Amino acid sequence: MTVEEVRGNSEGGDRNYDHFPVGMRVLAVDDDPICLKLLDGLLRKCQYHVTTTSQARAALKMLRENKDRFDLVISDVHMPDMDGFKLLELVGLEMDLPVIMLSANSDPKLVMKGVTHGACDYLVKPVRIEELRNIWQHVIRRKKFDTNKQGKSTYEDKALQGHGDVCQGHQNTGTTDQNGKLNKKRKDEEDESEDTGNDHEDPSTQKKPRVVWSIELHRKFVAAVNQLGIEKAVPKRILDLMNVEGLTRENVASHLQKYRLYLKRISSVATQQANMVAALGGKDAAYMRMSTLDGFGDFRTLSGSGRLSNPAFASYTQGGMLGRLNSPAGINLRNLASPTVVHPSHAQTLNNSTGTLGKLHPAVSPASQTASVFQGVPSSLELDQLQQNKSAMHIGDFNPMDDSRIFGAPSAFTDARALAINSNSNLTGVPNNSLMLQGNSQQILAGGGFVDQSSFPSELFNRDVGVSSKFVDHGRTNENWQSAVQLSKFPSNALAPNDSFSQGQLPLSSVRDNNSSAGPHQQNSPLGFSSTATTAAPLEDSRGEIQCQEGLVSGSVQNLSQASAQRWGVSKQSYSHNSNNSFSTLNPQASPPLSQSMGQTGITDRRMDMCLTGQSGVGISSFLQHSQVENPTTGSRTRSGEDYMLEQIRPQGGFVPNSYDSLDDLMSAIKREPNGSMFDGDMGFDAYQFGSCI
Amino acid sequence: MEGNQLQRQATHMRRTLFDQGYLDEQFIQLEELQDDANPNFVEEVVRVFYNDSARLIRNIEMAMGKNPMDFGKLDDVMHQFKGSCSGIGAKKVKRECTRFQDYCKEEDPEGCMGAFQAVKQEHATLKGKLDAYFQLTRQC
Repeated sequence: MTVEEVRGNSEGGDRNYDHFPVGMRVLAVDDDPICLKLLDGLLRKCQYHVTTTSQARAALKMLRENKDRFDLVISDVHMPDMDGFKLLELVGLEMDLPVIMLSANSDPKLVMKGVTHGACDYLVKPVRIEELRNIWQHVIRRKKFDTNKQGKSTYEDKALQGHGDVCQGHQNTGTTDQNGKLNKKRKDEEDESEDTGNDHEDPSTQKKPRVVWSIELHRKFVAAVNQLGIEKAVPKRILDLMNVEGLTRENVASHLQKYRLYLKRISSVATQQANMVAALGGKDAAYMRMSTLDGFGDFRTLSGSGRLSNPAFASYTQGGMLGRLNSPAGINLRNLASPTVVHPSHAQTLNNSTGTLGKLHPAVSPASQTASVFQGVPSSLELDQLQQNKSAMHIGDFNPMDDSRIFGAPSAFTDARALAINSNSNLTGVPNNSLMLQGNSQQILAGGGFVDQSSFPSELFNRDVGVSSKFVDHGRTNENWQSAVQLSKFPSNALAPNDSFSQGQLPLSSVRDNNSSAGPHQQNSPLGFSSTATTAAPLEDSRGEIQCQEGLVSGSVQNLSQASAQRWGVSKQSYSHNSNNSFSTLNPQASPPLSQSMGQTGITDRRMDMCLTGQSGVGISSFLQHSQVENPTTGSRTRSGEDYMLEQIRPQGGFVPNSYDSLDDLMSAIKREPNGSMFDGDMGFDAYQFGSCI
Repeated sequence: MEGNQLQRQATHMRRTLFDQGYLDEQFIQLEELQDDANPNFVEEVVRVFYNDSARLIRNIEMAMGKNPMDFGKLDDVMHQFKGSCSGIGAKKVKRECTRFQDYCKEEDPEGCMGAFQAVKQEHATLKGKLDAYFQLTRQC
């Protein structure tokens, strides 16, 4: 039974469910064999097609292998190999599938946690069959919302796919909401053809209620959200503030949901990445593009196991991440970045303050700085680099386009990320580098900054990328190494390393070759971060603990494998995690890049945000927390593990902090979010706290 | 006749299990899931339960052996065990688990030990009854 995936459906989402919900494909995850067997029986009784697994990682693997294989995921909260909430986030970010949480514990706090992490329902064991009979509604609901964004997504998706057409993403106005990105990923695959029309700004002209979240639209959205305050931001009020004709409350609600997830993600990633991205290239468009997608791509790849629990990031990656810039998500980033962009200058302080792992807080400012740094990065470079790096970073799908975009978009995204990263000082030698990486992968991409062009040794990247994507985890210092941040390595400018990125060049990500070494080195330890950008002149030291949310990096980094890293150009900022430990998350694989990058640019560390550039949600995987290593080691990644600060890319060179603004805001917003815990688990999202990253 | 007899015995035994509070509605849910496609569903689930719960009981025992007792961990493992119990409708066992968790919260070692004994006892008793019950139903 089971409806075969209908690929190529224009709708992308439509499975051939002739008799839906009969045949709905459910993936059930629970370590308790009794419950699993029970669930299996119950679901079969409802005539769903059931796949069970007791391992969360196995579940993720299955999901990643084929996003279209399932329609819904039901997961236990309490599992030994991975926290259910983390899985939830990851799934939401990477695959944008509805997830239902299950637990024997009906504590309202847990239920709330489920909600904030994006679960579409929370069931208490023992589950009754009546409760399961209606779960199909979540699938339909999501599809409906996605359709709205479809247009965008497909568009983005295409872009991501490496259309190589940067403009595409660009045009797409990057808006694609963050979620859209996720959705897009899925959808895109399915309906490539679908939406191209979405062009931006056309909120509801189409027949289908698709809203293309163009950059401007997203900017307005972010501005509205910031104005209201992320906690108070309700769709109705946002809608009023935005004052856009034709936009419906549902559109906003859906976009907001994605945005929130994105924020969470980035926060963990540490704004650094965002910064990096911003620094990279200020090109919003480019940046956005960059991030979007690939970030997500990373997610997937990165995640390996890591949980990129930053769904938010995923979406966020848009901005920073390569790839889906087109998607609104990308735009979101931008916008996001702005509000949240913490001033890069502050970044440092923020980072420092963050002290707390994963707390992104104030770091936001640094993020902004970094962001600005990124911005400064010459977009042109980025683009080129991005293109080159395509291969490198490819965390997920890092399209060369993305690269360019990433830079362009560094804007918010990185910032946010940087912020996030910063806050988390988690980077402490995360013991699980691998995790980080995995999770980070997503983030890394997000780093958008990955413009790892050429020199970036893909491995560098990979490593970084894998790095901690969101390791914001509190405990995890590494986590946030968003190696992703590796903003592309702009060989030329960027790495001016030491000098700051700002030069406009995006040194940030420039993962310079030197940095790239970061890849290999990874892990130096805590950093696990992708050494990004070293290019950028040591971002000023954003010492702050920029937690690079390398998280993305980690996971993805691996995947990214070097090629992507290259693309990313993002030099993962080898953030030297100040705490050193923080990044351990970077998987060994990924970490090297970070460390390397750090050393390289002389900036060392700071730039972690490069990860921000992360594309797609990846989030800032490399948000490396910069511990500011400032090592000027230049070139050779000094970091070895030291604390690379992911510096938020402080505007050393004058990066474009702009983008950050939104990111910063984002970050701050995220911080404000009650749960920073998005990343409880691996992702170490302390992230929300962004700010600190930078 | 014999068949009927056995059938009646089985029915009676089942009824008793409910009446005496050994099983609750969840067990009925299991029974409802049993059909031609899954003819031995209930028994299979119960078997899985006993396998898995044995493991959990061992974990608890090990944790209880530590000194000082790690109540947090004990509570955690017991929570898992309780989840399994509720899955099959093991009412009495579940109740003893809750008592155990209460003692954990109070950090009362003796209380925990006593409650744990009760858990094991109820667990074993139910196993015996269910084994007998399934044996009967198999014959029917």
